[in-house]
Amino acid sequence: MEYNAFLIKYAEIGIKGKNRYLFEDALMRQIKYALSHVGKFTLTKEQGRIFVEAVNDFDYEDTVEALKRVFGISAICPVVMIDDCSWDSLAANVKEYVSHAYENTHFTFKVMVRRADKSYPKKSPEIAADLGAELLDAFPELKVDVHNPDVYLNVELRTKGYIYSLEISGPGGMPVGTNGKAMLLLSGGIDSPVAGYMISKRGVYLDAVYFHAPPYTSERAKEKVVELARLVSKYSGPIHLHIVNFTDIQMAIYEKCPHDELTIIMRRYMMRIAEYLAEKNGAQALITGESIGQVASQTMHSLVATNEVCNMPVFRPLIGFDKQEIVDISERINTYETSILPYEDCCTIFVAKHPVTKPNVNIIKKSETKLNDVIDELMKKALSSIETIRVEQ
Amino acid sequence: MEVYLDNAATSAAFDEVTDLMVKVLKEDYGNPSSRHKKGLQAERYIKNAREVIARQIKVEPKEIYFTSGGTEANNTALIGAALANRRRGMHIITSSIEHASVLEPLSYLEEQGFSVTYLPVDEHGIVSLDALKDALCDDTILVSIMGVNNEVGAVEPIEDAAHIVKNFRENILFHVDAIQMYGKLPIYPSRIGIDLMSVSGHKLHGPKGSGFIYVKNKTKLKPLLLGGNQQEGMRSGTENVPAIAGLALASELTFKDYSEKYDAMCRLKQYFIEKVTKLDECYDHSGAAPHIISITFRGVRSEVMLHALEDKGIYVSSGSACSSNKPELSGTLKNMGLSVEDAESTIRFSLSRYTKASELDYTVEQIAALLPVLRRFTRR
Repeated sequence: MEYNAFLIKYAEIGIKGKNRYLFEDALMRQIKYALSHVGKFTLTKEQGRIFVEAVNDFDYEDTVEALKRVFGISAICPVVMIDDCSWDSLAANVKEYVSHAYENTHFTFKVMVRRADKSYPKKSPEIAADLGAELLDAFPELKVDVHNPDVYLNVELRTKGYIYSLEISGPGGMPVGTNGKAMLLLSGGIDSPVAGYMISKRGVYLDAVYFHAPPYTSERAKEKVVELARLVSKYSGPIHLHIVNFTDIQMAIYEKCPHDELTIIMRRYMMRIAEYLAEKNGAQALITGESIGQVASQTMHSLVATNEVCNMPVFRPLIGFDKQEIVDISERINTYETSILPYEDCCTIFVAKHPVTKPNVNIIKKSETKLNDVIDELMKKALSSIETIRVEQ
Repeated sequence: MEVYLDNAATSAAFDEVTDLMVKVLKEDYGNPSSRHKKGLQAERYIKNAREVIARQIKVEPKEIYFTSGGTEANNTALIGAALANRRRGMHIITSSIEHASVLEPLSYLEEQGFSVTYLPVDEHGIVSLDALKDALCDDTILVSIMGVNNEVGAVEPIEDAAHIVKNFRENILFHVDAIQMYGKLPIYPSRIGIDLMSVSGHKLHGPKGSGFIYVKNKTKLKPLLLGGNQQEGMRSGTENVPAIAGLALASELTFKDYSEKYDAMCRLKQYFIEKVTKLDECYDHSGAAPHIISITFRGVRSEVMLHALEDKGIYVSSGSACSSNKPELSGTLKNMGLSVEDAESTIRFSLSRYTKASELDYTVEQIAALLPVLRRFTRR
């Protein structure tokens, strides 16, 4: 006996009133996309659930893994579908299902029956009671509990019969595409991929921007960021990654501005460029992996100073997280191993020994005026030479 | 213009070598252990390879065992010799500037209860023979010293070292990591008292995944790989026939016009060093090997110089390519007494028989143009 279909349950989108179909359509689209890498499936939507049926042979583990990455899914139920729903066949299949799905049958259960096929000779309560009796005969250690059972054994009769009881947790969240688009500032570190994942989980399409500083950062550092974007895209769907050559701007800041302000000024220019790219690509917000106080450039004062250049909202989903909490998520979403590869990014190379931790916006602004005669030209050059790649799993 | 100056990391294979390997893979693909004709055909390649190499280093063919490369050769020599001779003693001597494929097996042996003495080197990277004399003791069973250092090209006094070791006690095994030496400088292990010697194929325009170890007749070694008893049980596993055939041919081609190419490389090396050290604050640490040049560009981190040169089509290494994956300092440069700053600003250029003067001119030109730009931007 093998699972040959999945019943997909979703939670939050069930309560979105008249816009519900938009959310359901987005979820259908995301499931289709996720499964397009696994095999051929047909999807049908009905009453707050989605049925996914395999068209031909498929890899069960791969399919479940793919579904577990689709935001909006609260649970995945592997289903056994049977063609012959005559009573004898149904009873035999339900018994076989129980012995297949459970190694240990010491549990309480309740049979839940839905009968869409109203021509079926027995009515739902009767089917439930009779199946329960069959199961008790076959597995003497089973017990019925209609109020608070360990296992709900679901049987649905339509043109085919559907048997399911197991629930695999989905990732939760909202289907990607239901909440606009945002631009993720992606470095090679641990935090930014996690930040992208978290915002994407709320249904947001991602674009990403990476600041490349050759020859100070290597081709391998860039490869690493592309790989991180690819890992995030397993959840978020395709990401357009914009690679900005930041070397000249960084050099100018380095030469003309006070050294303890380097990182802050650099980050202000990164935010400006990210916002420009966001506007150009239809994104309405920026995402960073900042967390209060993690490093000098992420103190409250520093965050205020970098935030000041942006008109768009900047989402910082990790703002209240400890490092270890971020690491835990990055391990769970499988970006950690890549994040800790030892290639320097521009933030680690161009850092002052004692950066300011309480920058004053007015002083920073004054320092930036030292760039006045070169910065427009450099920004123009950087913005005109952006390399954009589409990254997907 | 593309200029490949990282030949100590790896080198392009000879055309003749790739042609032969394709033929072996597609036509003479038998398993040398098979009893039929196809097997015999494959076995002939191995027999021939063993003879070719034995002739070049003037040893017996049966003293050559093929490995998957330099790392396996070093591991086999050190771990194999230590474990086979542990009843006679538990002390090993090596230099402080060996390659990781020597140092790591030795640190494994330390975990197994062996003690290891690491000999210091002077400011040129030459191992101290006085320290060797002091270190030898009744418990010593194995001494391992590299022929040519991979980071600066220092040529180690292995003949004198072998003499000291064998005079102290004949049955102490002497191993030489000749991975950067073979094909660049003459070496005849049996004539100078070497018992074990490691060689890698891809440093001399042969295939990656090829190498051999010379094991002096009757030397006891405990094999690392157990299985079908190929190569007299010293190295089980179906022989990598195409790689072995390719290694032998590369070796043959290398020695055919060896002295001519050696002279040319030495001249080019001197030419490059003279030109590049004329630039402001550039210092040479190169040893006597014909192909390795080590230059400190003060005030420019080697990573940065490497990527800036890469952008101009010039490929070099920072320190040793094998240790470049770890952002820790080059062991050799540190042991030679360079400051942290200078060691972090040192680039290795390594030549091949194909390197041309025009390529070196271009490289020096690019460095001269890059230096002032890169130096504007040093970590303050």
